[in-house]
Amino acid sequence: MDYRPEVISRLTELWEGKDAGVLQGSPDIYNRYRAEAFSEFLRLGIPDRKNEAYKYTNLEKSFGHRYEQYFSPKPDDFREAERFHCEVEDLDVWNMVLLNGFFPRGDEGLAMLPGGIWVGSMKAAARQFPSLVEKHYNKYARNENDGLVPLNTALASDGLFLYAPKNTVYTKPIQIVNLLHSTQDIFTQDRNLVVVEDGAQMSLLVCDHAISPQHYLTNTVTEVYVGCNARFEIIRVQNQHNDSGKITHTFIHQERDSFASSNNITLHGGLVRNATWHRLNGENAETHSYGLFLADKQQHIANFVKVDHAAPNCNSTQLFKGVLDDNASGAFNGRIMVHKDAQKTNAFQSSNSIILSDTARMDTKPQLEIYADDVKCSHGATVGQLDENALFYLRSRGIDAKEAKLMLMFGFAHDVIKNIPIEALRERIDNLVLMRLRGELSRCASCAIQCN
Amino acid sequence: MQTEFLIQIKDLKASIDNKEILKGLTLEVKPGEIHAIMGPNGSGKSTLANVLTGREIATVTSGTVTFEGKNLLEMSPEERAREGIFLSFQYPIEIPGVSMVNFMKTAINEQRKHRGLEPLSASEFLRQMREKKELVEIDSALTNRSVNEGFSGGEKKKNEIFQMAMLEPRLALLDETDSGLDIDALRIVANGVNKIRRPDTSVIVITHYQRLLDYIVPDFVHVLYDGRIVKSGGPELALKLEERGYDWIRKEAEVSEETWTTDRK
Repeated sequence: MDYRPEVISRLTELWEGKDAGVLQGSPDIYNRYRAEAFSEFLRLGIPDRKNEAYKYTNLEKSFGHRYEQYFSPKPDDFREAERFHCEVEDLDVWNMVLLNGFFPRGDEGLAMLPGGIWVGSMKAAARQFPSLVEKHYNKYARNENDGLVPLNTALASDGLFLYAPKNTVYTKPIQIVNLLHSTQDIFTQDRNLVVVEDGAQMSLLVCDHAISPQHYLTNTVTEVYVGCNARFEIIRVQNQHNDSGKITHTFIHQERDSFASSNNITLHGGLVRNATWHRLNGENAETHSYGLFLADKQQHIANFVKVDHAAPNCNSTQLFKGVLDDNASGAFNGRIMVHKDAQKTNAFQSSNSIILSDTARMDTKPQLEIYADDVKCSHGATVGQLDENALFYLRSRGIDAKEAKLMLMFGFAHDVIKNIPIEALRERIDNLVLMRLRGELSRCASCAIQCN
Repeated sequence: MQTEFLIQIKDLKASIDNKEILKGLTLEVKPGEIHAIMGPNGSGKSTLANVLTGREIATVTSGTVTFEGKNLLEMSPEERAREGIFLSFQYPIEIPGVSMVNFMKTAINEQRKHRGLEPLSASEFLRQMREKKELVEIDSALTNRSVNEGFSGGEKKKNEIFQMAMLEPRLALLDETDSGLDIDALRIVANGVNKIRRPDTSVIVITHYQRLLDYIVPDFVHVLYDGRIVKSGGPELALKLEERGYDWIRKEAEVSEETWTTDRK
């Protein structure tokens, strides 16, 4: 039986009570898009496997669950989050903790970091930088057949705003620790906007932790504008649990001579789908999309990438790797679209997965759509087991079979991790991946709030 | 009772995909001896290396292999390595993402654990790395990379000898270590073996050609032909093979085969 009509009717109820409820006090700058977005959601619905982009991903496990609450934060909620300290030794970052995607003290103004970068809630941004928000908000997110994007536009009440004005450079990464914490099963939606203006640089690390065992579903939309000759890096580390669902849609819009890279490291999560959209809108821009996931039990991890080459002389790479054990399943759907005028495009895509059990499953779907005639594009996908020759080589030096397998898996994963631009973070993530492969990584690892 | 032999291979038969490759091979090596095994392609040289190191490509159908009095064939590849057997691979494997440092540290500490020793301290490990790198003249940059990744053919072979230096085996099997090396690399690799060998280290050199044996001088040379050792001698046998090829061996072997078959009838 289709689970969706009931979910949609609950969401419709939420929509109808929004003004006195979840969207109380929401700025007009966001509200003006909501009605159209909600009808768009009703038209498109919750994607099912008939949708090409969700062909291998069944959302029922997460969307079919009956959540007790739709999260819309109240000041009291943040007490737990404020006690949290992320222990990353040697990692020199500017650090901030969010709760279920929301900024604590969201009604206060934005904070300015050294170098002149602004950070805070979307609500505060609407007050402080109305014309900037108006210029960028909801300009890069595209619905393209996916009802979950307009669902976010319609109902997300707040989120994170980051703004690097022209030529501002903040050399430290900005770390956002996003805690999922609740006493009830919750569905939460956050909407984020990042603006990196011409010549500015920003490096963003987002760590998603589920720190209480409730069922979660998060539907996140993040829009990123990267101006001319600007540089933007985002690294996501997702460490949740088997009852959490995480859906992200990230839209990175790049102007000429800009650089962007996205790196999604999924260590743990019941159902995770990361969709990353890169649009190369100006000449000589460069973009990279990386992903690594480690899945076991009944987990499902999907990565969807679309790189739009809309201007000539741009370069893009995609590298996605996964290790799947038990009954886990994974999907990779990567598209490269080269528009008619995007001559001299270089676009590469690669997806490699290792399957450790007979019952794990990986589906990959590379797609190239090329309308220009002077381009270099390639794609490659492999799904296989650990290399027996390499395994024997390690064992022949006295390393036991179990440790040898671990080393090979780690080596396989490191190929993605090595692209992380911050060394201390690379080491930290190497370490997390190793712990995860050894089965030592729990949702409580490195969390200061000892809830038990 | 202390056995006189380090390794004793008796009437060893092994097949790959039901095809018998080793057809009753017997070889005994005492501590400190160097044995060369020569033979034409397809005679079973690599299969012997596989069987001795526990690679499951070949199935042993009969015979025994005793290493320091223990049944080698019952051991896993890693146990054999910890007991002191080292194979220098004919085709060393590239392992992207696994650093040489991590690889060697893990290997050494697993072997030390086997011998009841504490793991090496970081500084002692690095000191050994440095010392052994000099010994085998391997470029420092290589040991900072992933295992064999992007190494040239010669660098890969040097890296095998470097690992041998680090692991200090009781018995080293050099499987076609000379193949693909130019004369300078060959000299460095061979001298490396000589420098790291202790008086009681035994070596089995598996090779096509005599030239490696100019540097690693064997006590015994054996000719493997059709899965059996058909002739044994001193270093002069290798020179004779280099000069005359394997045809005369083939003829002799076939004659003795016929005689043997006739005798049995």
